[in-house]
Amino acid sequence: MEEKSFEEEHPNKAFGWAARDPSGVLSPFKFSRRSTGEKDVRFKVLFCGICHSDLHMAKNEWGISTYPLVPGHEIVGQVTEVGSKVERFKVGDKVGVGCLVGSCHSCDSCSSNLENYCPEMILTYSAKYNDGTITYGGYSDIMVADEHFVVLIPENLPLDAAAPLLCAGITVYSPLRFFDLDKPGMHVGVVGLGGLGHVAVKFAKAMGVKVTVISTSPSKKQEALDHLGADSFLVSRDQDGMQAAVGTMDGIIDTVSATHPISPLIGLLKTRGKLVLVGAPVKPLELSVFPLIMGGKIVGGSGIGGMKETQEMIDFAARNNITADIEVISMDSVNTAMERLLKGDVRYRFVIDIGNTLKI
Amino acid sequence: MAKSPEEEHPHKAFGWAAKDTSGILSPFHFSRRDNGVEDVTIKILYCGVCHSDLHAAKNEWGFSRYPMVPGHEIVGLVTKTGSNVMKFKVDDRVGVGVMVNSCKSCEYCHQDLENYCPQMIFTYNALNHDGTKTYGGYSNTIVVDQHFVVRIPDSMPSDGCAPLLCAGITVYSPMKYYGMTEPGKHLGIVGLGGLGHVAVKIGKAFGLKVTVISSSSRKEREALDRLGADSFLVSNDPAKMKAAFGTMDYIIDTVSAVHALAPYLSLLKTNGKLVTLGLPEKPLELPIFPLVLGRKLVGGSDVGGMKETQEMLDFCAKHNIAADVEVIQMDQINTAMERLAKSDVRYRFVIDVANSLAQSQL
Repeated sequence: MEEKSFEEEHPNKAFGWAARDPSGVLSPFKFSRRSTGEKDVRFKVLFCGICHSDLHMAKNEWGISTYPLVPGHEIVGQVTEVGSKVERFKVGDKVGVGCLVGSCHSCDSCSSNLENYCPEMILTYSAKYNDGTITYGGYSDIMVADEHFVVLIPENLPLDAAAPLLCAGITVYSPLRFFDLDKPGMHVGVVGLGGLGHVAVKFAKAMGVKVTVISTSPSKKQEALDHLGADSFLVSRDQDGMQAAVGTMDGIIDTVSATHPISPLIGLLKTRGKLVLVGAPVKPLELSVFPLIMGGKIVGGSGIGGMKETQEMIDFAARNNITADIEVISMDSVNTAMERLLKGDVRYRFVIDIGNTLKI
Repeated sequence: MAKSPEEEHPHKAFGWAAKDTSGILSPFHFSRRDNGVEDVTIKILYCGVCHSDLHAAKNEWGFSRYPMVPGHEIVGLVTKTGSNVMKFKVDDRVGVGVMVNSCKSCEYCHQDLENYCPQMIFTYNALNHDGTKTYGGYSNTIVVDQHFVVRIPDSMPSDGCAPLLCAGITVYSPMKYYGMTEPGKHLGIVGLGGLGHVAVKIGKAFGLKVTVISSSSRKEREALDRLGADSFLVSNDPAKMKAAFGTMDYIIDTVSAVHALAPYLSLLKTNGKLVTLGLPEKPLELPIFPLVLGRKLVGGSDVGGMKETQEMLDFCAKHNIAADVEVIQMDQINTAMERLAKSDVRYRFVIDVANSLAQSQL
């Protein structure tokens, strides 16, 4: 009976997979999407990346989930309809939607193209939209989004491998630019070689930056150096290696969301170096103040990016032929994929082939 | 056999030193080096009492060497100059701060960031290149490389200027580096002590709106009426703190005890910056969500380079900024240290070295 109301909420039928409860297990879900408003872009979803946030949200690990929850905020597809006031898109365009589908458009953040920091920003899924209904994400057949929150995917980018850029890509691109860690010749560390980390390596290399991957797994070394193009690899438990690298990095992008010590990372920074966290550990981390002060160093954070920058990032990726390394899966393998994701068993992003495998 | 402090160098000197981790200071005879070609010899007039002097005297950071003559907020008169010294002459009024030497050849020294030189030598409790200890400004004379000496602007009072050599540059440098100089922006200052009160004055001179954040409501009138702060926030009033969430562009945190950062991070706007300057003995807890969700940052800063120190003094002279001081005699130093430990000073003790040190020898 409940499901019927989700199907009737909006005028147009939609279908996807949803988590029903904090077990996080996903299953087929019939719901509905709004009509294409005058500023809306409607597109058939072709692929959707699986972000680790989808797993956190499906299991309500952050305490903000509403069920049924249709995850997915690395969404790419092909436009089927545009509203009468839409200027930037036409039917047939290849487009993407990331983590946001709304913001207030009037605050300081929105006025500075920082919709991601708007106090009223609306997440692509499990959030309350302007019309009071809950948003549903990209593990579904159709998306309707305000054109402001849609980006154009250049022709030369393969859609499946471009999908993860919409969250993972912008999440690491934005701090590389904002914290000035993008100048040729600089030395930047990337902590964690997963969905975020591997894209960070690719972007930083394309910016002319020397990259050292810092990881707890020695097994990732060959991949990092040979395949991703990192300049060097540090195992964080290797005391000698870490000691030799002290004071050598202009910045570090830390993608690890588990609790972990940051003092050794602060030690790797040069004077006035910057440690930027993009993973969000839930518990506070220990900050030794002496090294921060004695070296004039910074610990900062960054969360996704604004829409203008997201388009800029996609265009940069297209110019430099950068996409994510992905494992394409069918919709009905999603629960197995989530279990593997939990163990870090993926190189480096699962992407659901929605177009071919999402069937009612 | 190691020479005694009195025999280490050719010229006799006298000061007060801590002899052990009790931190209690007492008269101490030692010696200073010959005035080399790059050196300036200074007769010390005043020396500020920085909270670091107390931390160091009691070995709270674990790297103290005794006997230790503290003092790195030194104002005095030049009595001798080396043959390569062009910018100072005898009787010039000069200052010495936290450093007395650096390598002069690394990338930091070349960028006027001697404070970040890996071989920077502290004014006291450090080792000179010749292996002897450095002794600070609780003494009658000091010999310093000219590069690490600054000129005191004529309009500045010697006693009120001394604390600027550490407290002043410690707040001025990050205020410049982190861009806290845009008129109309909102700066919060946590802690109203030696560092905090100078930060209020400099903040106002930059045209900022300044809010003092303190656990003691009794400091409110001082902060608003005398120091010129625009508002005052009592940090243990949850309702008032909540009302101020997301209102500040920057925060300067001067508190040196272990304390929670989370409440102050909440006060910052998106892209806000918290600069921490106090040196607690233990780590602080850093919540990460506010940093990620608001692109906020926590930075540290350590005094400033010599060029910037001179710039800071000239800026303060232009804006009539000096520290608020309580001048004490040398033999009152231990009582002053006890009061400092309880924050019972408005806002810096300054030792009247010239008029009281010699007498304390008797």
